[in-house]
Amino acid sequence: MKKIDIKEEFVEKASLVSAIVHEVKSIDEAFSKTIDICKAKKPREDLVSLGTMDPLFDKIVAAPGLDDSSFSLFDNLGKKSKISLVNKGLRCFPGGIDIGFTLCDYGIAQTGTLVLNSDSEDMRLATMLCEIHVAMLHVSRLRETANAMSEELTKLTAQPSSYTAFITGASRTADIERVLAIGVHGPLELHIMLMEG
Amino acid sequence: MAKSENLTEYKKRIHNALDNEFLRAAMDKFAVAYRTGRANVFSGMDVDSMIQMVAQIKSNALKHVDELYEEFKLNAEKCGIHVHLANTAQDANQIIAKIAQDNNCKTIIKSKSMTAEEIHLNPFLENLNMEVTETDLGEWIVQLRKEGPSHMVMPAIHLSRFQVADLFSDVTGREQTSEIERLVKVAREELREKFIKADMGITGANYAIAKTGTLGIITNEGNARLVTTLPRVHVALVGIDKLLPSIADALSINEILPKNATGQNITSYVTWITGPSECTITPDKKRKMHIVFLDNGRKNMASDPVFSEVLHCVRCGACANVCPVYRMVGGHQLGYVYIGAIGLITTYFFHGRENAKNLVQNCTNCGACKTVCAAGINLPKLIKDVYTKIIDEDGHPIKSLMLGKVLKSRKLFHRLLRAASIAQKAVTGGTSYLRHLPMIFSKDHNFRVLPAISSKPFRDRWEKIRSSTKSPTIKVGLFSGCVQDFVYPEQLEAGLKAMTKDNISIEFPMDQTCCGLPALMMGEKDAAKDVAIQNINAFKSSDFDYIVTLCASCASHLKNTIPGLVENISEQQAVAFAGKIISFSEFMNKVVGLDKINTTETIKKIAWHSPCHLCRGLGVKEEPINLIEKSGHKYIKTEEEETCCGFGGSFSINFPLVSKEILNKKLEDVEQSGAQILVTECPGCVMQLKGGALKQNKTFDVLHLSELISDKK
Repeated sequence: MKKIDIKEEFVEKASLVSAIVHEVKSIDEAFSKTIDICKAKKPREDLVSLGTMDPLFDKIVAAPGLDDSSFSLFDNLGKKSKISLVNKGLRCFPGGIDIGFTLCDYGIAQTGTLVLNSDSEDMRLATMLCEIHVAMLHVSRLRETANAMSEELTKLTAQPSSYTAFITGASRTADIERVLAIGVHGPLELHIMLMEG
Repeated sequence: MAKSENLTEYKKRIHNALDNEFLRAAMDKFAVAYRTGRANVFSGMDVDSMIQMVAQIKSNALKHVDELYEEFKLNAEKCGIHVHLANTAQDANQIIAKIAQDNNCKTIIKSKSMTAEEIHLNPFLENLNMEVTETDLGEWIVQLRKEGPSHMVMPAIHLSRFQVADLFSDVTGREQTSEIERLVKVAREELREKFIKADMGITGANYAIAKTGTLGIITNEGNARLVTTLPRVHVALVGIDKLLPSIADALSINEILPKNATGQNITSYVTWITGPSECTITPDKKRKMHIVFLDNGRKNMASDPVFSEVLHCVRCGACANVCPVYRMVGGHQLGYVYIGAIGLITTYFFHGRENAKNLVQNCTNCGACKTVCAAGINLPKLIKDVYTKIIDEDGHPIKSLMLGKVLKSRKLFHRLLRAASIAQKAVTGGTSYLRHLPMIFSKDHNFRVLPAISSKPFRDRWEKIRSSTKSPTIKVGLFSGCVQDFVYPEQLEAGLKAMTKDNISIEFPMDQTCCGLPALMMGEKDAAKDVAIQNINAFKSSDFDYIVTLCASCASHLKNTIPGLVENISEQQAVAFAGKIISFSEFMNKVVGLDKINTTETIKKIAWHSPCHLCRGLGVKEEPINLIEKSGHKYIKTEEEETCCGFGGSFSINFPLVSKEILNKKLEDVEQSGAQILVTECPGCVMQLKGGALKQNKTFDVLHLSELISDKK
């Protein structure tokens, strides 16, 4: 499959499961779009009362796994909009966070799926406790099918302590009268920042 | 959940379900939606090859299950994971309880696991004062209601939003509205607390990859990710049948599993855990991870030549989704723990004869489950094999024994039919129907008019109506089956007329007898073998090119089942015999030619009922429709064209009220189509459909295809 086709297929399949795909030119643009999404979103519905919650934590973006300079850039952007950035210790936010921002390892075009190495606890929590998951993905990391990348997956999963997630759309259920409802446990929305290269 | 109950109690439960309007409507909507959803998601794909691939992967894995277990264990233990093998359900429960006790775990959260349901893990842990909370929404709902799941993938499909709202009002102590989105939020809020407090998380697994010691878990809600992330201990309970050599195998199965289960290309989450993963609240920053592999009879099954196929199941639940009985009665009535066709089989192995003996009879043998099974398991056959096993152990019922004995002697069987033809005059009043049911039937059977036995069977008419062909190039043997021979000889006469052609000679071997399907359905395998050999011998002497039958059930049985049935007795002959079997419509298309059919002048709207044993048993779908169209009538496609009519031979005797409801669905569908005639190609279906249409004074007539097309000449 040509590069352009694989990208088109990924975007189409991801959109079919209600993921919102944005094309970005740089990681800075992805950060700034994420901040915009965060500003526009409704206040977070904390699921458990945290008692001593810092009032500064009006809106929270969790971005584990970024290098220090990227995180600091993101953090500065957040500050301007009164959004707190965190990159570790996410267990302290069991009631919820607004956005979880992650860098994804691969994308699978056939199903519009993200592949995310989630070995770190914070990476898992960022994508589960958030109301919106924003996932950054490079076009060069797109693969046609899951089967076509079984060797890469074998390598990923062969590591001790490995925890690899396929994520396709938001958390969903149809357990009551088979009516589709979003966000029963995890994110209510999934945004994908797709970047060339 | 079903307790050990007798057949009468079981039927009572079924009748209650039939009276449950919400359940009926929900099941019906689901059956229709699933059919469309599945067709869409597989559109343009070679589903058969995908199914074969799954069967091959599973079969190969099962052959090496011991080696795969050792390989998995070695790789997992290298990572510091504890691997256990539980021989029985009790062992598994004890192992898991001990892990909880050793690690001082009091609160437990779970993601959905049918294997945990299989071993009744929750009550076991609760009896030890542990608090266990299911986190899959549907599972949580049924757990709160203290019942089992009614579907393997959608556990609470039997409940309405109002019932869930009432339940959640009780649980939260606040009035909850019935808005589904809001109810889902309630679960999100209530369960988050449980996640945070839990000491231990229990999951199942869909795949266990030996090469890397990795578990694969699929969910839509993402609850398994929280279950395996927040608590400090993770226990996975996995059937040994989930072991696979590599992730490539799992990915191939995962290509079909979500599509077949819910019509999704892939579930929202597929989680691959090699573990033990990071856990920041433990001293060594690693979660304690235990994997408990469950045998519980699986190893014995894996080495059984007949039943190893059962372990190919990937738990997609599709066999329930297409089952006409499930559609009427729901999962609690069509499963003990495992639901649907696969549940009718596995109950015997995992939960014993007592829990299986009634359940296993609740099958119309329509074959819809076999057609959609992700692993191509021959479910209808295995259901009968389980039934035979049960009555072999428990003793054969008198009626089955008698049927078996009678069928073994053709002369006795036919003598009895002739005697009945005379005796029935008391109830026919000279008509071709039984005007009231003989005493042996209960009033539940009164939903259709039953036909009388013909005063002159087809075999007695044969010499008079046979035609001689001067220079035949094609030699045909006609297999009548008992129903057409003794009840509907006119269908055969019409068929004979349609098939008559200068180059075709048709013979009717007099030593032919019942095909044996009814005996097999009642668990009388020996009688079925016996009559199979009688039939093979009856057709042996003449050198037939084809053996035509106008009964789809006979055709499918003779073609598909007989070679396996008489294996080691007369295998070669059986294969040759089966190879010649052809259905009437296929023969008309392939050999006689459509140009032989005259076109009618009075055009009528014709609906087609595709007999289960024709469309699924023999794969014949287009041929009958070609014949209808060639006859000049207008063919109308109905929604339920390929849905079972509910006859199923002994099924309609054992479960008349279910049979009646399946029939009603069918008749309503035909009526709505505006058809004037409903045509089919199986005398059993005619008996059910015509009997029902007459009883309900429907406006359409019911005919065998042969009667429709030879009517024109």
